[in-house]
Amino acid sequence: MAGAGIREFKRRIRSVKNTQQITKAMKMVSAAKLRRAQEAAEASRPYNETLRDTLARLAAVTFDVQHPLLAKREDVKKVGYVVITADRGLCGAYNTNIIRAANASIEADERKVEHGIIAVGRKARDFYRKRSGLDAEFVNLGDNISYADAREIGQYVINAYENEELDEVHLVYAKFVNVLRQVPTVTQLLPIVPPEKDEEEKEIVIDYLYEPSADEILLALLPRYIGSQIFNALLESKASEHGARMTAMGNATDNAAEIIDTLTLAMNKARQAAITDEILDIVGGAEALKKGGK
Amino acid sequence: MADNTYLLEVVTPERVLQSKQVSFTVVPAIDGELGIMKNHAPLVAALNIGVLRYVDESGSQNKMAVSGGFIEVLDNEARVLAETAEHGHEIDVLRAKAARERAEKRLQQRAENINYARAEQALKRAIARLKAAGAYTD
Repeated sequence: MAGAGIREFKRRIRSVKNTQQITKAMKMVSAAKLRRAQEAAEASRPYNETLRDTLARLAAVTFDVQHPLLAKREDVKKVGYVVITADRGLCGAYNTNIIRAANASIEADERKVEHGIIAVGRKARDFYRKRSGLDAEFVNLGDNISYADAREIGQYVINAYENEELDEVHLVYAKFVNVLRQVPTVTQLLPIVPPEKDEEEKEIVIDYLYEPSADEILLALLPRYIGSQIFNALLESKASEHGARMTAMGNATDNAAEIIDTLTLAMNKARQAAITDEILDIVGGAEALKKGGK
Repeated sequence: MADNTYLLEVVTPERVLQSKQVSFTVVPAIDGELGIMKNHAPLVAALNIGVLRYVDESGSQNKMAVSGGFIEVLDNEARVLAETAEHGHEIDVLRAKAARERAEKRLQQRAENINYARAEQALKRAIARLKAAGAYTD
């Protein structure tokens, strides 16, 4: 019966509306979290930049410092990848893109070497657990990244590197460009490649006093540099995740609106058809009565 | 008064903890404490876990606990980079005391000496925080 069809439409519209409300709320929550993540990234910049500048300067004055974190190994047996994804889904292709970037980087490596994955975030862990090569996992970091998280990951990586379990470590994360654009990025973490000085800065050579010595400061700095790089990547990833989720949820909300429009149109048509049917029935009945009365 | 001050910044990975004019700073460098006044020569020094003291514009002394890192001085700007840093008056004394006891206990049971270095660091940090808060007793 036509009436049942309309009820069915109503039920479906209500269901889509509920979903739309959820996606809309998620979008707004992500927008708020994105702002917080961006603020955190902003707040970490002075430390990160000063550290990098100092390291670049030190690298220029210390020529033959021997440090295991700096030495490039001739015989690379195993390469580690720190893959940073989100703990949750519902953020479009965000997690998939990062994992794909990691896998592409692994496949592009033409040396015959083993690969180990250090998964950060539940999505990366779940993906690599099903395959082989998951070395360590850091999950449930939450929305507020603290430096302690980065240091813990850094400590693990440095230990593995110093024990020669890993001979090279790369970092895979999503660089935040804007809400619509997050670029999966692969950078080398270990051995440390000292950052280059900016061109203009090269001109001015400042005669610093180093206390106790440039070499020793450099050595103290290296583990911190790793920690700061990981922290930076975690913050960028967080901002990217919320940006991606905002976009995905915005799209979902729009799609829901479209479905509601289509369903409403179909429902109205069905109602019209039902009314027309009924009128035809009545008219037909009246005609029949008229004929019978004659 | 304003003439003999310079900018002291304390920066951690999470935020810029402070940025203000000071007249004198003492930092816990690796080879002992290091005092810095205005017009100091350019300097980069590694820091120990310890207490940083400074005299601000109004002439009052302040303390801060820092967990290592380093300081850079250039053109009357001193920048301390530390993994963690806390103002003396913001430190939770009870927590610091508890942390100190925990670390001391761990150091005494030397049996599993895997975390020996770590416990020692934790103890140093706790003591630095107590000292910065002015609640340190032997």
